[in-house]
Amino acid sequence: MSNLPIFDVAGSAMNAQSVRLSTIASNLANADSVAGNPDEVYRAKQPVFRAEGVPGDASLAGVNVVEVRESTDAPLKRYEPGHPLADAQGYVYAPAVDPVAQMVDLISASRSYQANVEVFNSAKELALSTLQMGR
Amino acid sequence: MSDFLGIHGTALALREQRLQLLSANLANADTPGFKAQDLDFTSALQSALQPNAAAGDAIDAASQGARYQRPSSQPSVDGNTVDGEREHALFAQAALEYRASMTFVESKVRGMLTAITGQ
Repeated sequence: MSNLPIFDVAGSAMNAQSVRLSTIASNLANADSVAGNPDEVYRAKQPVFRAEGVPGDASLAGVNVVEVRESTDAPLKRYEPGHPLADAQGYVYAPAVDPVAQMVDLISASRSYQANVEVFNSAKELALSTLQMGR
Repeated sequence: MSDFLGIHGTALALREQRLQLLSANLANADTPGFKAQDLDFTSALQSALQPNAAAGDAIDAASQGARYQRPSSQPSVDGNTVDGEREHALFAQAALEYRASMTFVESKVRGMLTAITGQ
């Protein structure tokens, strides 16, 4: 693929954005996963992106997901004595996930993904018509 | 062969290099600290067309030399200087310019084919 580095670049970006979409989905899905112990609570995940050279051309930057970092925010403590998971004092702990912020991030990630699909399609079209040259 | 295609063969190769840079910018629109890059097409074409430039390396050397970091009109806090909308517009324009160069090359090739086959 190194002859056509645009595909590598756009592909790496689509991969990175899809990791981001997955972490957002995971965060939203677990927004209400409470636990009876603050250490067992789900922690919001966030991918960390870094620009990295593609195999064919080191000076051309694709995107790499270096790590998926877990949030260090303290879990939310809620007083729900009737909850089956409540601890001795009647508290349950919910993850510190802000659904509104996650939705905003979701929109941003899907727009970026779409942008890279557009780039991929344009590059494919150009490459195909270059192959058709002189016919 | 490159003499036959004239300026258009070189221009086509350089336009592809510019498309690559713009696609890297779009790909890194969310990468913290990434600086948007662009190709100064005029100076790249001028240095690639220098008579003493080596045939194969001329385009790579010219495109490396003509790269520059494009400042953002709205820099973000994380140091990223990619403007998504602007990058989109430039990519669309660059794709069109690539097509234009390709049409010129193609008409040259067609002309040569007509001359060879005589039909």
